[in-house]
Amino acid sequence: MATFSAPKIVSSRKDFDDSYTLSRYLETGGYIALKKALGMFPEKVAAEVDAASLLGRGGAGFPAGRKWSMLRKSPISYLVVNGDESEPATFKDHYLIERDPHQLIEGVVIASYALQVSQAFIFLRGEFALGLERVQQAVNEAYAHGALGSKIFGSDFSLDIVVHPGAGAYICGEETALLDSLEGFRGQPRLRPPFPAIAGLYARPTVVNNVESIASVPAIIDRGNEWFQSMGTEKSKGYTLYSLSGHVAHPGQFEAPLGITLRELLELAGGVRAGHQLKFWTPGGSSTPMFTAEHLDVPLDYEGVSAAGSMLGTKALQIFDETTCVVRAVLRWVEFYKHESCGKCTPCREGTWWLVQIMKDLEAGKGTEEDLTKLLDLCDNIAGRSFCALADGAVAPIISSLKYFRDEYIQHLNQGGCPFDPIASTLFETAGA
Amino acid sequence: MSHFQNDLRKRAEDLVVLYPVKRSAMLPLLHLVQEQDGYLSEEGITEVAELVGTSEAEVRGTAAFYDMFHLEPVGKYVVGICTNIACLLAGGEELLEHATKKLGCAVGGTSSDGLFTLEETECLADCDIAPVVQVNHRYVRTTTPDAFDAMIEEVRDGKRESEIPPHGTLIRVRRSSGLQAPREEIATQRASAQAAREARAAKEQN
Repeated sequence: MATFSAPKIVSSRKDFDDSYTLSRYLETGGYIALKKALGMFPEKVAAEVDAASLLGRGGAGFPAGRKWSMLRKSPISYLVVNGDESEPATFKDHYLIERDPHQLIEGVVIASYALQVSQAFIFLRGEFALGLERVQQAVNEAYAHGALGSKIFGSDFSLDIVVHPGAGAYICGEETALLDSLEGFRGQPRLRPPFPAIAGLYARPTVVNNVESIASVPAIIDRGNEWFQSMGTEKSKGYTLYSLSGHVAHPGQFEAPLGITLRELLELAGGVRAGHQLKFWTPGGSSTPMFTAEHLDVPLDYEGVSAAGSMLGTKALQIFDETTCVVRAVLRWVEFYKHESCGKCTPCREGTWWLVQIMKDLEAGKGTEEDLTKLLDLCDNIAGRSFCALADGAVAPIISSLKYFRDEYIQHLNQGGCPFDPIASTLFETAGA
Repeated sequence: MSHFQNDLRKRAEDLVVLYPVKRSAMLPLLHLVQEQDGYLSEEGITEVAELVGTSEAEVRGTAAFYDMFHLEPVGKYVVGICTNIACLLAGGEELLEHATKKLGCAVGGTSSDGLFTLEETECLADCDIAPVVQVNHRYVRTTTPDAFDAMIEEVRDGKRESEIPPHGTLIRVRRSSGLQAPREEIATQRASAQAAREARAAKEQN
């Protein structure tokens, strides 16, 4: 299959043990794109990324270049990189942060040059202790190398990058919550508008980009937007990282052109756990409505997944085989949202609490069919009624599982308990077999 | 007198000046308090309040929001086991149950020797090596009960000290310098760059 020999872009240094060092980065073409960018007018750099149609890799899929260019009217004050990766089953930014910090830094400098900002912040999830050390080390090396600081590579452009540790809160991955956290407050989302582009960090115009988006920038500048556009699908250009986990033979990161299908990705990952069949899966983390085996050939690009009723999200594909109880899986997700709800908006704060109560009863076989109606009614009163998308994410697994697996919920009620053996779904079981 | 010992006061002051507004240093400074005290001590909270120019109540209220900050003392090693769904499938709950027996404490509790605190965590973004286990936020990648036990013994015997510092120490790499972009020059630079850009845009339109 073509994808086996396809070029790797953001994960090009995957096979080097020392991929995070400056020497390896320089040996493999590092900081060439930055030198090229510094020889271009800033607006041309922004236009190049805009023309490449790089869609934001953090989950929303908003064109990254447009974030830069639509702001040209009011000068931007700060660039903030969102490295607070916490969406369940998403681990692509973790990889990029720990294993290729210089690529991220080069992307930050190029983006900052395009925006003409002099200070950028890399907000990293606090639990990434090694990642924080690697990025700080790389920032130190970049200063010493002349790629950061005053008059970068002899140009007139100067930039400081501050590496900022978070402290454990899923919600800080939401960009306005991240900005509040970076300002030293509780990480709670802000009402929008105004968007960060108008009033962001310290109420100044701010661009917030995801780690993978920024890490994709050096290659676009180095090889040009036509090259990037030649890959992917009509609306979703380029390559991206897909993270496979759960019941797959070889979980991990797979860099592939946008528009690849799960069927093709499973071939790369050695298929579903031996002796089992696919039951359901998420296309982009737990906040995206689930798919089933009938969606194996849905093109995994922004428009394809959306047309099939879900979202590409963070491209975190969690695979579940027939041993998994969908009610138990959904309960665990809802518990996650309850724990991570920041508490600002009542529908989410109270609603996720009630969702957990009802889901627990259903899983234990203590619920009634009326509970299913109540559950959907609650979902209706939670989604879209809060400041941010956490609430929408919390109801996505419930609504989609009821759509595809209502019978399984009913089976719990009829049987007065869960019809599945939880041990059968664990990988322990496979290891012991 | 400063509660921060040794070079920590200097490191704290160096952090504050990295930000345009002092309060932004809140989270990094609270991590420093945990580096020294292992948790957020009253004295540490008072000092952070002074450094960022706010009240102790504000600091405590902010800190309480975040899972990584501990308002009560914890063990020298905080063991986190993920039970979110990819880990659940891989046996996260069973491993967590095993850990309560191995460490002799409940989830959220601390072992009687004060060495280990056990936590159940949400997704730690390392889902291909599940169930994910972190000790003081370092991935130890022990996915079976046997490997977990062996790791705990090594930590107990001090064999993993270079990799896993005591709880609270998050970033051992120091920033090599303060801010270097000349702030005073940048304002004028930005203005002239903006003017040049507008001139180019106007020229393109003609």
